[in-house]
Amino acid sequence: MSKYLLNKFLFTVDRDPELVERYRHEPAELVGWWEANVANALLNSHTGEASTWQAFTDGERAALVGHDHVALFELGAHPFLTLTLFIALFERDNTEPLEYQKAYGAALAHLTLPYPDIAT
Amino acid sequence: MASIVAVIASTHHPFYYRASTATGADRPPFADEWTRKILAFRETLTRANPDVLVMVGSDHFHQLWLDNMPQFLVGKAPMYDANWYNEEREFGLPRMTLKGQEDLSTHILRAGLDDGFDLAFSNELRIDHSITCPIITLRPEADLPIVPIYTNIFAPPLPQPKRFVQLGESIRKIIEQWPSHLRVAVIGTGHLSLELGGPRQFGPHGPDPAFDERAVGWIANGDLDGCLREVTLDSLHSPGNATHGFMDFMLMMGVAGAGVKADYVDTLDLFHTMEAYFTWYPDGGPA
Repeated sequence: MSKYLLNKFLFTVDRDPELVERYRHEPAELVGWWEANVANALLNSHTGEASTWQAFTDGERAALVGHDHVALFELGAHPFLTLTLFIALFERDNTEPLEYQKAYGAALAHLTLPYPDIAT
Repeated sequence: MASIVAVIASTHHPFYYRASTATGADRPPFADEWTRKILAFRETLTRANPDVLVMVGSDHFHQLWLDNMPQFLVGKAPMYDANWYNEEREFGLPRMTLKGQEDLSTHILRAGLDDGFDLAFSNELRIDHSITCPIITLRPEADLPIVPIYTNIFAPPLPQPKRFVQLGESIRKIIEQWPSHLRVAVIGTGHLSLELGGPRQFGPHGPDPAFDERAVGWIANGDLDGCLREVTLDSLHSPGNATHGFMDFMLMMGVAGAGVKADYVDTLDLFHTMEAYFTWYPDGGPA
């Protein structure tokens, strides 16, 4: 399990408007592209210095492809990163204020303290 | 020596800008009361007539990241660009540019290291809403130079709560030792109970109003002993999964001093959080 890599995905996609749109409309394509091209990229370096060892587990990849914020929470992805990205993806579909945000919380209602560990 | 003319602590609700500037049907029902409270809070800084703002906030995984995560970081740059694309997108926050006060940054870094804090520094720091929100609420002219200080309240392992208090106490001492005639205000923002990305988010009130009531009491009364008796890294999970930002309030209690009651206290219960505003005047208040 790589909570760091999950967080790196959420972090890098959330801060790039083009990637946000690709993730909304074609999540399987975007997750595959990201794992092949960004997962091992050092964020402050050129490609020649990339890491060599980072990859998602099958469960992590499926949670990202499925836009499954509940699974991401259970896997220990940072909840702030997940929330802000998913608001970017889906708040636009709201028909009333905070509709998506409240549904997002309700989908997690089966979880009680202590929540999954978010330490990387 | 420099003088600290005000110590100010508040929440940093990123929707204030959007709520206070909205008109017509877009204006939420709580906007007028919120604006009134902010204008009164702003006056507590204006009356202190500061020259420089030392601003404590938490980065929200914008410039600080898990590949190289500092615990406490001081900005040392002549200028700071502010707010990020995802904050424009989500909160409607404007892009801003703020002047830096590099002499004070240099002094805080040198004296902080000598006082036992291994502070990180940044020569190019794009600041985010934990520092721009108090600019918008307290100094919308954005005309004073700043020293930004960022804390890690987000990425475990976190410093212990007492460390935040100690850093606040050190910042107070270091600023007062700065060989300058300038008037300094120290402004920091934190959280009361807060849940983000969890089952208790976006409720009708903050996730733990009982914690909020106790926390406001600790801050208003400068009750550091009572606060440190109850607050631990583990206990802060209970009021809400983002409540570790309360440690930035504890840092500001350290700046204000143990046992020192705030000269100004106000709160506002919003739909998913309690806003809280505190001002101390270390020298007894503006004339």
